[in-house]
Amino acid sequence: MSTFEPTLLARINKPDSQLLETYRRDGGYEGFKKALGMAPVDVINQVKDSGLRGRGGAGFPTGLKWTFLPKDHPGPIYLAINADESEPATFNNRILMELDPHQVLEGIAISCYAIKSKKAYIYLRYEYGRSYRALKNAIEECYAAGLFGKNIHGSGFDLDVVLHRGAAAYICGEETGLIESLEGKRAWPRIKPPFPAIEGLFRKPTIVNNIETMACVKQILDRGADWFKSIGVPPDPSNPRDAGSYGPKLYCISGHVNKPGCVELPMGITARQLIDEHGGGVWKGRNAKAVVPGGISMGFLSASELDTPLDFNGPGKVGCLGLGTAAITVIDDHTSMVDVLFNCARFFAHESCGQCTPCREGTAWMHKILARIRMGEGQSRDLDLLNEVASSMGIIPGTTICGLSDGAAWPIKNAIKKFRSEFEEYIQTGRKTVKPSDALMEVH
Amino acid sequence: MGVLSEELRDQIRAQFPNYPNKRAVVLPALHLVQDAQRHVSIEAVREIAELLELHPSEVHDTMSFYQFFKDEQHKLGKHRVWVCRSISCMLRGGEELLQHMCEKLHVHPGQTSADGKVTMEFAECLGACDGAPCILVDDEAHMNITPEKADELLKSL
Repeated sequence: MSTFEPTLLARINKPDSQLLETYRRDGGYEGFKKALGMAPVDVINQVKDSGLRGRGGAGFPTGLKWTFLPKDHPGPIYLAINADESEPATFNNRILMELDPHQVLEGIAISCYAIKSKKAYIYLRYEYGRSYRALKNAIEECYAAGLFGKNIHGSGFDLDVVLHRGAAAYICGEETGLIESLEGKRAWPRIKPPFPAIEGLFRKPTIVNNIETMACVKQILDRGADWFKSIGVPPDPSNPRDAGSYGPKLYCISGHVNKPGCVELPMGITARQLIDEHGGGVWKGRNAKAVVPGGISMGFLSASELDTPLDFNGPGKVGCLGLGTAAITVIDDHTSMVDVLFNCARFFAHESCGQCTPCREGTAWMHKILARIRMGEGQSRDLDLLNEVASSMGIIPGTTICGLSDGAAWPIKNAIKKFRSEFEEYIQTGRKTVKPSDALMEVH
Repeated sequence: MGVLSEELRDQIRAQFPNYPNKRAVVLPALHLVQDAQRHVSIEAVREIAELLELHPSEVHDTMSFYQFFKDEQHKLGKHRVWVCRSISCMLRGGEELLQHMCEKLHVHPGQTSADGKVTMEFAECLGACDGAPCILVDDEAHMNITPEKADELLKSL
């Protein structure tokens, strides 16, 4: 692994990295040209052979997802790109879009060709203004250069790419919430099946893919499936459901570290390596009490679990929901886990879309109960009550339409299990850690 | 002549070819109107609906789902400043920053400064956690914000 060279982030520090001219100088759009000379099914097979799994959080094999589209469909088929990156602590897609938008667009062009889609929508969260401007400019450059539009390079392949801005709602990152939002409606996720590949955007077959996944597709076309598969971690033989964790991955590091940032590494790095070797260590000479492995929906690693490999299979072995977005947040040993969990619960209470009652009510009650504990007014039954609410909401117990609820419940269950004594201390001693700023955020 | 100028109507119509139906233009239209008018009035909702061949309640249903869009009672100031309150910023002083900025402008989140220049808000994760605490001024992120930097930023608006 000592020879690992970044590819996804290789260009981000170059001058004018976001421009077509520099991108082409670095061999840009050669992968797309290569794809145009192949049969679409061969492009799909190459992506399948690479072992690429979606980078958005769920880790579904990308090539396999593409094969779920109906065969010989007359069209239109849509590619909807999920650029609604809103999972707390996650910013890797932002860096790709801001600093190397053409890499993303080339991945989109290749993917559209593979799935026979002539139209891609990029659903971009509103807050990413700089990404919006970089992508908008890059798309215009592509049209002007004949890389998008009609009959690209005489291949007979047409492609339009539309940039669509969201309006600051986390639920739009759920793929069917995204589709509803793109259709001009409230972003209420749809009951599945039908899955988007059968009936998605505008009721047509649709593939929803993540930004980093698109950059990986571009790299796979350039370097081959074997290259991608030579990086990362093979499937765990003791887990028949693990499809392996291949390729480079963008890991985000934030929270209590000396050097927050986004780094590209082979899949399977540990949280401890990320903190010590890439994040400059825990700040102020302190120790880590807990680490969020991949967005707050995934739960927490305790200090004794920091050597867990952050591949698709690792975090689950220590009770986390999964790898998620591979964005770690480091929490130092001076921080109250009650404060941390309150923050997570407040997030989900704010972002639940309100469609399913167990989620709408459950997230609100978990927020209220944690507020009470944090006020020093917790009751001895509160931890059981929190667990009970958390266990009854989500796709896993089968009471909600989408997984937001599972992500809201997981950190609650995880924190109470791994850091129970801290919660008990608040309840038994009346410890109180509210801040003056809390009052500012009660309404809204 | 309604509340939407002909120019604004043309900008909305220019979105039509991007989508197979007009309903998909609801969000782009709401953005265009709010950018221009700093809120979306009920009359504007009616006029958007007419342009998109929808019932006004359909446009309003979508608009009200996204707390991002503001009605006549909650008009935005010239600039919108969001302070992130989610985990990575909270761990590095985001909530104290929100308090500082609100005190500076004598407002609560959601309110606009007396001079009409700044609407202060809190936000959930802005995706700039490598520069926590971070704030968003309109749609431009500013990272590693100290109270002093925040004061300067507010002064420059």
